[in-house]
Formats: sequence, structure tokens, C-alpha cells
Amino acid sequence: MGDIAIKTSGLGKEYHLGVGTRGYGSLRESLVDAAKRPFRRRRGEAEEAKATVWALRDLSLTVNAGEVVGLIGHNGAGKSTLLKILSRIVEPTTGWADVTGRSGSLLEVGTGFHPELTGRENIFLNGAILGMRRSEIRARFDEIVEFADIERFLDTPVKRYSSGMSVRLAFAVAAHLEPEILLVDEVLAVGDAAFQRKSLAKMSEVASEGRTVIFVSHNLAIIQALCERGVLLERGRAVADASVGEAIDQYLRSLEAGAASDLLERADRDGRGWRQTLVRRLALEDPSSGQENIVVGGRPARIVVELTESLPMTECRLTIVNSLGHPVATLDSEVSSPEDVRDAELGPRIECEIDELPLLPGRYRIDVLLKGRRQIQDGLHAAAFFDVEPGVLGERPMPVAGAEGDIVLPHSWRLPQ
Amino acid sequence: MTLPARAGAGDAEPILQVMEQATTTPGPPPQAEEPVAARAETVRLEATRGFSRVLSPRELWRYRDLAFQIAARDVTVRYRQTALGAAWAILQPLGFMVVFTLFFGNLAGVSSDGLPYALFSLSALVPWTFFANSLLLSSESLVANSALVSKIYFPRIFMPAGAMAASFIDLGISLLILIVIVLAWGFAPSAAILMLPVLIVIMVAALLGVSAALSAVNVRYRDVRYVIPFAIQMWLFATPIAYPASLVDEPLRTLWAANPMVGVVEGFRWAVLGNGDAPLALIGVSAVSAAALLLAGLAYFDRVERSFADFI
Repeated sequence: MGDIAIKTSGLGKEYHLGVGTRGYGSLRESLVDAAKRPFRRRRGEAEEAKATVWALRDLSLTVNAGEVVGLIGHNGAGKSTLLKILSRIVEPTTGWADVTGRSGSLLEVGTGFHPELTGRENIFLNGAILGMRRSEIRARFDEIVEFADIERFLDTPVKRYSSGMSVRLAFAVAAHLEPEILLVDEVLAVGDAAFQRKSLAKMSEVASEGRTVIFVSHNLAIIQALCERGVLLERGRAVADASVGEAIDQYLRSLEAGAASDLLERADRDGRGWRQTLVRRLALEDPSSGQENIVVGGRPARIVVELTESLPMTECRLTIVNSLGHPVATLDSEVSSPEDVRDAELGPRIECEIDELPLLPGRYRIDVLLKGRRQIQDGLHAAAFFDVEPGVLGERPMPVAGAEGDIVLPHSWRLPQ
Repeated sequence: MTLPARAGAGDAEPILQVMEQATTTPGPPPQAEEPVAARAETVRLEATRGFSRVLSPRELWRYRDLAFQIAARDVTVRYRQTALGAAWAILQPLGFMVVFTLFFGNLAGVSSDGLPYALFSLSALVPWTFFANSLLLSSESLVANSALVSKIYFPRIFMPAGAMAASFIDLGISLLILIVIVLAWGFAPSAAILMLPVLIVIMVAALLGVSAALSAVNVRYRDVRYVIPFAIQMWLFATPIAYPASLVDEPLRTLWAANPMVGVVEGFRWAVLGNGDAPLALIGVSAVSAAALLLAGLAYFDRVERSFADFI
């Protein structure tokens, strides 16, 4: 492990907020801006300083050749920015990164596809985009086609593919890249379950081949399975660099700390929110005892979301996620039922009732997405954590230990005597 | 420095075998990659100042396969799902020729230096159509491929250059048909026709310079999209296409050739129809102007290329 594959020092990336939110300016805005600039100077630099944000700050990291590193952190912690810098898409504002060896990135599968081109043509195009030589693609062509399972549609334009097919093809091309350094950003969540298993197997094969890999995923189970080392980023800084288990533990602790503090103070809200109303508090309660964030499995539970403002057409989506980051269930008010009620007396508050909480004992978190006036207003990962105590579901006690999975199903058996 | 040699199919095989060993051998991963790593090149990524990429031939060479694929894509896609396909390459200049002959040639009686007006305008419209079409395509190329630009690294100049390469096929087709028409009309080609490649090089240089700059500006300011069609119309009338350059008196005429299309268009006419004296002064001035445009355009592109992903 003597060789260093990636070494960064004091790496930082500053974004100008005005540009980031508007996307692009028009020439007029720039001209007006330029005309105003001499006057602005006198009012001091404070205004300008506020309009920038450091997506990545003073990051010094060394990755040895052959290491498999998982990058974890909240949304906006700088994981994707780091990958973008390492794959040369953006330049750092400060510091430097030395990358030794050919690097390939799997940032978003299928970005290079052209709908009018056939599957065959797209394999060559996409391979070239991902940095493969023509001869390399030719050598692996059959393998790619077989992996994607699209032999019959090779000469059909990709625009006629089902979305599953094009995603499989895209992943197949990307997975057969052979760079010394592989940068992977959240690409395993594609295709159906069988294909996901295949992709995951391919990724762990890649990881065990002695190649340097940097993974970004919200799925902590995947990170834990594939990586040896974990780096936890928080607001652009590396706050932990340890074994993957330790880094994940620290990440979970920081998630819980975020859920425990005032939700309005959290800055890691999902982008694009209109923010006319925000989630002030979220908790899972036991309706009978009123106890918060601790319930007994199989008993009723109520999830309460308190808002800053009640808007017309408020809708809410809650995702219950297990301790490894796997979503367990989604509760979506937009998929409505006759039992749903709109209550004018309720105030800025949403309640979701669960009759019998079918969860195995363990620790879970709740992610929330809030809509109002048909727009996404707010979104928070890990807005609350709760513990499920062993209980009884349909008169059957829950397994206390040794059970796999996250949920309990009401069921009955017929057995020979 | 060379990249790790994995180019040939012959090279790929031993590496595959090494990997099979790696997956079957328990324990720490063997250091099979070491010879590769030893040859691997270290790239330093940092905020660059001054010129960096476009003017680095090594960087362009390294991504040559991608350049080829992008150009091939643009060529393949160009006439997919069109009924007339590549016939559009000649239909456009022919259509303009008919309109120009009718209005400028017959109704307005614009001089055509003693040549049949239809041929006079067509020989100018063939290079002009290439110029106008590829300017339109190239200036949009970066924005049209924003998904790629914001997700993958490659020398960005391939985008406007690739779009131009696609129009190049059109130029070839329409040029061939132009020559056939000229022969059918009874004009014998002279040695002047050998000047065509030189004229095309001048045109491509000017085009690459202008479209590199415009595509780069388009990344920040989408106003470019609205300016280009208008600017192309203006440029058409600022170039001796519907009328002869002889309408403008010297020394103004030679100065006018700072518009590189003046030299190119007049040169095309002379090269294809072989009339009169060679407009060498015009071609010379246009060549210098095209070279200046190319350098300025590429220099600007190089300065802003690094921030494309931040703004697109």
C-alpha cells in the first residue's frame, strides 16, 4: 500500500450563491451589476461576503492505492463537490489535489446517452465519455451487452428503450470501466432488485480487485459492505476519517443530534424548497401514553409534524428509514384514502396515525418532505429518531433477537400435528 | 508521459488474468497493479491561472477517442428521422439561390460581375450555408450538452468543434453538387479550384474562433441564443453574397476583408467559376483576420472553460 492514489491539501470550493440559485444570468443583469459595482464598494464588503458559500473547506486527505473509501455526510456536506473536483469537472478555489493514475467517474449513469443513437452506438459514445479507449470498448463489448441483457435491442435507438433498459445499459458500460481510480456517486439505486444485486456484486468485485474506489451513497449498508474506510463530511469539512464502522457511527450520532435540536435551526434542508412553511418539529408519539419517540411494536403510533405556517393544499411524505439508511416504508398523503381528513381547526400541524406499528425492535429515523400550494416547501432528512420496543402483533410476540428485516407481518400458520 | 498502456486488446488480456488471480487469492490484495501505478501519471488539480487546456495539444490528444465519438455522434444524429436526409445540405443553398436570383438578380438587377446570377450567388451560398449552420449549432453546443459538461471532464472545445465537424459533411456534399452544376452550365474548371482547400481552412479557422467564443459566452448568458440568428442575417448582408465585392471601391474593399467571409466568398467564386483576377488581396486580409479570430476565440474559451460546470 505504498503508493498514494489521491492526495489533497487545503482543498476548498467556494460557490457564489446568486449564480447557484438563478442558474444563469442574463447579459442585462450583468451589465446592471457592473454599473452598480462602484457604488456598492462604499457600502462595504459585507454584502458580497454573504453571497458565497464554501461547499468544501480546507480538506486534506490521502488515499492509498487500492483503498476503498466511503464518503458520508448530510445533503450539502460537500461529498459531490469533492467528487466533482477529483473528476476534474470543477476546479477547486483553494488548495490542490494530486491524482495518480487514470480516474473514471460514475457520477450519474446514462448522462452521455443520445436518444437518437442505437444501443451499439451509445455504448461506444458513452464509453468514450467515461474515458475508455475505442479498442478497450471493443474488447469488452460483448461483456457489456451481456451484463445489460439487451442483445436483441442493440440496433434500436435508445429512445425506444424502456427506462429500465437504458439504465441497465448505462450502468453496464460504466461498470466495465477499468480505471485505476473509480469515483462512484450514488449509482447503485438503479434498475429492479435483481439488477441492483448484480450491480452491487459487480461493485464489490471492483472493490476487491485492488483498485482505488471512492464511494458516495446515502445507503449506509452499501457503504459498510463495500468500504474499509469512511470519511465523514460536515459543512464542507472532514470531521471524521476512520474505519467505516466508526465513521458511520459518528454520522448517525450527528444525525441524532440534529434531530434533537430545534429543527428550524437546521441548514441541511432539501434544496428547491419554497420555504413558505417549514417543519418546526417532528415526533413519533404513543397516543395512549403521550410518550415521544419510543413506542412498542404492534401498538398504535402517531407521527406529528408541526409547521411554521399552514398553507392550502398541504401534503406530506414521511419515509421511515432503518439504522443502516435503508428506507423501510413511505407514508404519502398525496396517495389519499377516504379516511383522510382535512381539519380547519388543526392549525399548522399534520398528524399521521398508524394503527399497529409493524416494525421490529430497533432504531429508526423519519425523513420528511413537505408540500404546499403544489410546491415542495421543505424537506429534512432524519427529522426524528425513534426506538421500537419488542411488542406483540396480532397476538404473536415479536422476535427479540435473530430476526432479519425490519418489519413484522400479521400472519398465522397451519402446521402438521 | 504516457498513459497506462491498456489500449490494445492484447494488453487487456493479461490484466484480466491478473484480476482473476486477485479475486481468488485470499488475504490482502496483491500488488499486481504496481507496474501500472509506477507508470501512471500524477495530475495536479488546482485553481489554474492563465492558459491551460485548449492550447495544450497533449490534453487534446489524450481525449482523441472522445473527440472522434462526439463528432461521429453529431454526424449520425444530424439527419436521423428526416425524410430528405442529407439532401438538406444542398436544398438550403439552392433555395436561397432561387430567391436571390428572382429578387436581386432579376427584379433589382444587382450586378453579378458578368456571370449568370444563379451561379454567382450559388457559389457564394455554398460556403455561407456551411458557415451559418455550423455557427448556429456550435454556439448552442455546450448548453445543449450541459448534462455532459456538468458531469464529465473532457476538453470542452470538442463540443463546438464536433458540431462543426457535422456540418462539414454538408459542405462536402453541397460543394460536389455545386461543381457538377458549374460544369453542366459549361464552365471549365481552372487551376484556381486548387485554392478551395485553402479557403476552407480560412473559413474553418474563423468559424472555430467565433463559435468557441460564442458557445462559451452562451454558458453564462443565454442571450447569445437570441443574438445569433439576428447576427447571422446581418453577416449575410455584410458579405458579398447577393452582390459582388466590386460594388465597394478600394481601398475600402480590402479593409472590408477583415470580415473573413469576404475573402472566402469571393475566393470561392473565383476558384469555382474561374472568372477575372484572383482576389488575392481579399483572401490575404481575410486569412490574417481569421487567424486573429481563431486565436482570440480560443484564448477566451480557455480562460472561461474551467468555470463552465459552475455556471451551465
